[in-house]
Formats: sequence, structure tokens, C-alpha cells
Amino acid sequence: MRVTFEVNGEPVTADDVWPGESLLYVLRERLGLPGSKNACEQGECGSCTVYLDGVTACACLVAAGQCAGRSVRTVEGLAEAGPDGERRLAAVQEAFVEAGAVQCGFCTPGLLVQADDLLERTARAGRGVPGDPEIREALAGNLCRCTGYEKILDAVRLAAAREAGTTEGGAA
Amino acid sequence: MDFLSPSTWEEALAAKSEHPDAVPIMGGTDVMVELNFDRRRPPALLDLTRVPELTAWGPDGPHLRLGAGVCYTDVIAHLGDRAPALAQASRSVASPQIRNRGTVGGNLGGASPAGDAHPPLLATGAEVELASVRGVRRVPIREFYVGFRQTARRPDELIAAVLLPAPRGPQAFSKIGPRNAMVISVASFALALDGDARTVGTGIGSAGPTPLRAPDAERFLAERFDWDGGTPPAPADVHKFGELVAEAARPIDDVRGSAAYRRRSLAVMARRALAWTATDYREGTARCA
Ligand SMILES: Cc1cc2nc3c(=O)[nH]c(=O)nc-3n(C[C@H](O)[C@H](O)[C@H](O)COP(=O)(O)OP(=O)(O)OC[C@H]3O[C@@H](n4cnc5c(N)ncnc54)[C@H](O)[C@@H]3O)c2cc1C
Ligand code: FES
Ligand code: FES
Repeated sequence: MRVTFEVNGEPVTADDVWPGESLLYVLRERLGLPGSKNACEQGECGSCTVYLDGVTACACLVAAGQCAGRSVRTVEGLAEAGPDGERRLAAVQEAFVEAGAVQCGFCTPGLLVQADDLLERTARAGRGVPGDPEIREALAGNLCRCTGYEKILDAVRLAAAREAGTTEGGAA
Repeated sequence: MDFLSPSTWEEALAAKSEHPDAVPIMGGTDVMVELNFDRRRPPALLDLTRVPELTAWGPDGPHLRLGAGVCYTDVIAHLGDRAPALAQASRSVASPQIRNRGTVGGNLGGASPAGDAHPPLLATGAEVELASVRGVRRVPIREFYVGFRQTARRPDELIAAVLLPAPRGPQAFSKIGPRNAMVISVASFALALDGDARTVGTGIGSAGPTPLRAPDAERFLAERFDWDGGTPPAPADVHKFGELVAEAARPIDDVRGSAAYRRRSLAVMARRALAWTATDYREGTARCA
């Protein structure tokens, strides 16, 4: 079947989609967007996290047909073009780099999207910097086998502080 | 394989009647795992995510009507007052991403004995609304689970909604598992006190072929509880209540835990739930007096 939807603001069409196929498969194998990772295909690891109509979901558990006409935002869509037209890493991505929150990087795309969602609901919504319990809760469905999570927490705190405008930067 | 995508409830019921083998899919958090791992190859998927009625909730006579497609995130955000035990159970489900998609109707559709929605629905005496082109019927939750992953739903029926009585007393849910998130329960328990009818409701999860109640424990506590003042139950009664809950379970040994551990943890959870609800009841009575 053919599925038409929007990814990162652009209309896309995928052809020959098997009706039981996941959104993750369509993104990676049919649309050339391998940012979202496939590590478990059963919702356990969060490395495939994307926004679907503004709400985060595991792309491996969404049937492609369920996305028809809807809008998806992947990790590739987090970076935004600045005033000069150059695409720059989003604050949360910068913070992951600076804090050393990336080792093998497999979990990173999912964590970035889920962390972005947390910041959208907190720092960017004028609710200030989320506390550690809130960060841990938000990221509870994202597994990382490398970092031990401490640097990831540092990165999220740093990004949140910057987005809330409470610091000028520097690793937390 | 077909992908059926009705956009109204009538179309959905017609599609299910025409294709009784079609597998409904809402959040997909159970269905997609089965498809991804080749455990299931249904002739068709029936996508229900475009049917607006399913994601709505609101009062229905004395009940709260919760559309089958309401996700856990919405139950937590909006229904904590009207469905306390269900909201508490919803908070314990999986991860934010799964709670954004997973639904109470999907939990009922799969009817895993480990599903976290079941104990609260049993304890509060909910009803399940089933619909088909032939009509609509409401099945008391106690008659809904008929065997291991088997329910009273007929092949041409869809789950439309869950009807929850307004809470008439404190409720509690608890669950045992290896971590605080992303955990299919080893055992779970829900308790609801009904201060008007002076009855007790219980629900047990992950400790039998179906979700279960503990009727002896319910009767025992209904007789012993101080419904006027809510004084803390005597330690012997608390203990007895825990034992009766554990005895009602029919657990097996499996990868998540042994039968003996499940019974033991159920007794502990039942005693704790009783302590929490008795305190809430006492404080509620004090406020009303
Ligand atoms: C990583 C992970 C963790 C999980 N953790 C938990 C947990 O902690 N607790 C828990 O209880 N569950 C857990 N689950 C299981 C799952 O998320 C729940 O059972 C959820 O409620 C399913 O809802 P859904 O909308 O995603 O269902 P779907 O997958 O869409 O459907 C589930 C079943 O219900 C049927 N169905 C769906 N809607 C209807 C309808 N309206 N009428 C008739 N049949 C219908 C489907 O055909 C299917 O058989 C977990 C799953 C994953 C992947
Ligand atoms: S690949 Fe989707 S959650 Fe692991
Ligand atoms: S950096 Fe390797 S899994 Fe997280």
C-alpha cells in the first residue's frame, strides 16, 4: 500500500508498504532517514522515539498506515535553520555533545527526542528547569548501555538551564 | 494482509462484522510487537485510531465513560479524581512513550493476566461496553475475563468503552516488579472501599490465568471494617485480609517470579493497600463530620 504523510515538515510518500510494517521501518528503509534507531522492535529501549502529531512514541510500535495524513518529527528534524539559513544543532543536541552524553550513540536519537519533549513541557513552557525525578521519569523508557546515564542527566540539566534562560552555559 | 482504516464508529463496526478475523489496532503496543516478531500474521489490521469517539471520556449517568482508545497519559492527566486506582495503575505502565499510545481498551482486548488496568477495573466493579452491528451490550467486568487471554467479546464485536462507577471511598493500586518503570508486574493488587454500600472490591493481577478477585477477602473486610469511624483495622484483621487475598490467587512459577513469591507479595500488597485506604477513609470521614 501507499502511505503519504509529513516528516520533519516535508510531505513524503512511501510505496509498497506492507500493512503490518512499522513507522520505524518506513523511516529507515524507505525514506532514507536512519536517525531513529532500531534496537529492540518491542518498545523496550526507546531508541526509535519520534514525535507523532506532537506526542512522543516508539516508531517501532506504530503501524505505518496509522501515520497516513499525520505529521512525524524525527531526530533529523530537531536541528533548525538559523537566521543565516545554516542548520544548527538544537540546544539539547549541543548539550549532549558538551556534556559527553554520547558514547556509541545508539540510544542518542531517542533520548534527544524524548529530552526535547521534556524541555518543551518544562523549560520552554516557562515551568523552569525540571528536577531530577522528573528527568528520570521522562527518560525511563530510553535505555543506554554505555554511559551509565549520569552524563545524559548532566546534558538534560544543561539544556534545560539554557532554554529556561537561567545560565549562559558551561557543563553542569 | 489488509489495512482497514475506518474513520467513524459505524464504519469500524461494519468492517469488524465483515472481517471478524481482522485484528483491531489502537496504540499498537501489543499488536506491533507480535507483528514485528512474526508471532502473528492476521489477514487484516483494523486501525481504530481515526475513530474520534474512542478517545473521548465523560459522564454517563452515574458512570464515567472512558472510550476504549483513551491512552494512559490521558487517564493520568485528567482522571486521577474520577478513577483513582486506574490512574495509579496507569502511572505504573511502561514508559512515557508507551503510555502516550497504549490504551485501556487495548489492555482489555489483549486481556493479559498481567495487564495493569484489570485489577482496578475489577476492584471498582466497572463494566465493559461491547458493540457490533447487532447492537450494544454492557458486560460486568467480573464476567469479562473468561480464560487465559480470553474474554466475553465475540468475534464481530469491538470494545467501545469502559464504564466506571463514581468512587465512593478510597482506592489503591500497587504492583511488584524489578524497577519503577518498564515493568510487567510480577503481581499486582487493587483495593476499593465503597463507603456508601459498605462493600469492598479487590483485583489481583499476574497471579492466575485471568485477572482475579478475592471474594472471601472482600466479605471479610466488609464485615470487619469500621465504616462509621474508619479506625485502623486490628492487626489480626489486617493479617487475615492479606492471607485471604493470597489464597484467592492461582499463581504459577514463571520467568518473572515463583508462585510462592507471588502469593507472599500479594499478602504484603493487600495489607499495605488496606492501611493506605483505611487512613484515607478516616481522613475523609473526619472531613465530612
Ligand atoms: C515495552 C512495553 C511495556 C509494557 N508495559 C506494560 C505495563 O507495565 N503494564 C501493562 O498493563 N501493559 C504493558 N504493556 C502492554 C501494552 O502496552 C498494554 O497492554 C496496552 O494497554 C495495550 O494498548 P494498545 O492500545 O497499545 O493495544 P493494541 O496493541 O492496539 O491492542 C491490544 C489488543 O487489544 C485489541 N484491541 C485494541 N483495541 C480494541 C477495541 N477497541 N476493541 C477490541 N479489541 C481491541 C487488539 O486487537 C489487541 O489484541 C507494555 C508493552 C510494551 C511494548
Ligand atoms: S526499537 Fe523501538 S523501542 Fe526499541
Ligand atoms: S551511548 Fe551507547 S547505548 Fe547509549
